[in-house]
Amino acid sequence: MHLVVNGSDVVSDVATLSELIEKLGYLGAAVATAVNGEFVSAALRTATHLENSDRIEIVGARQGG
Amino acid sequence: MIVYGQELASRMFLGTAIYPSPSVMAQSIRVAKVGAVTASVRRETAGKPPGANRFWSFLQELSVPILPNTAGCQTVKEAVTTAHMAREIFKTDWIKLEVIGEQDTLQPDVFGLVEAARILSEEGFQVFPYTTEDLVVAERLLSAGCRVLMPWGAPIGSARGLNNPYGLRTLRAHFPDVPIIVDAGLGVPSHAARAMELGCDGILLNTAVARAGDPPQMALAFSKAVEAGRLAYLAGPLEPRDMAFPSTPVAGKPLLAAGA
Repeated sequence: MHLVVNGSDVVSDVATLSELIEKLGYLGAAVATAVNGEFVSAALRTATHLENSDRIEIVGARQGG
Repeated sequence: MIVYGQELASRMFLGTAIYPSPSVMAQSIRVAKVGAVTASVRRETAGKPPGANRFWSFLQELSVPILPNTAGCQTVKEAVTTAHMAREIFKTDWIKLEVIGEQDTLQPDVFGLVEAARILSEEGFQVFPYTTEDLVVAERLLSAGCRVLMPWGAPIGSARGLNNPYGLRTLRAHFPDVPIIVDAGLGVPSHAARAMELGCDGILLNTAVARAGDPPQMALAFSKAVEAGRLAYLAGPLEPRDMAFPSTPVAGKPLLAAGA
């Protein structure tokens, strides 16, 4: 399955968002996620199934004004 | 200063961006004894181990409240989604709401701002709207659920100070019970003092400290200016007058002019 993660192309066989988070090494990290522009809370990641061409954003805390 | 029921230790909010180094940022925040700091949410870097977010570690050790922002968002949808992601990460209902309408001025899209403020307020967020000094927009924001106003002084990072002090004074007069925090465009501490003398409740700044030659020293200077301006406001300043009024008593002045 072809996905776009934080703007970069990724090929992965994960089925859910939580599997993707774990595969990318973000399990337990202070991150938040969105799929195709929609916020997906951490509690719903396991129930969020990914499809081909889905755009996923994984964000964390950064400096800001 | 009390905002959304929370008493803050100081009337100065400081941003965490564009410092020369993390240690300079930390030192600036410490010496200024700020009431809160702002932060953002941005993409995680691919390949970086999740435990490597040193900024996140730094924030967790801070004892001041964090105000996450929706910096860079240009649509209501973007801002609302960003706010949700920020709430999940920072575990706070506070959100500094920015809906930017134009890239040269980075001015608020006030229409999108009001709509996003309404949506987020209904979803339990405590919105700090980055707005202009427009009275009508302020009324709409308060009707939408905001309990704080954050009007700009001047465009973000411009260091111009208060482009419209009369507008800020009008906001203060029309909304006497709403905390007003001037956010954006301050350049030197006298700008902050002026905002406080007008009766504003606090200020938020980033660039003027982070890009100063000596950021911790500038942060300290700003904190003193905020304190001075607030004390002056409470002390009841003299109103400006066009003509002179002698301060030394006229009575008792010796007659020394020759031939008088």
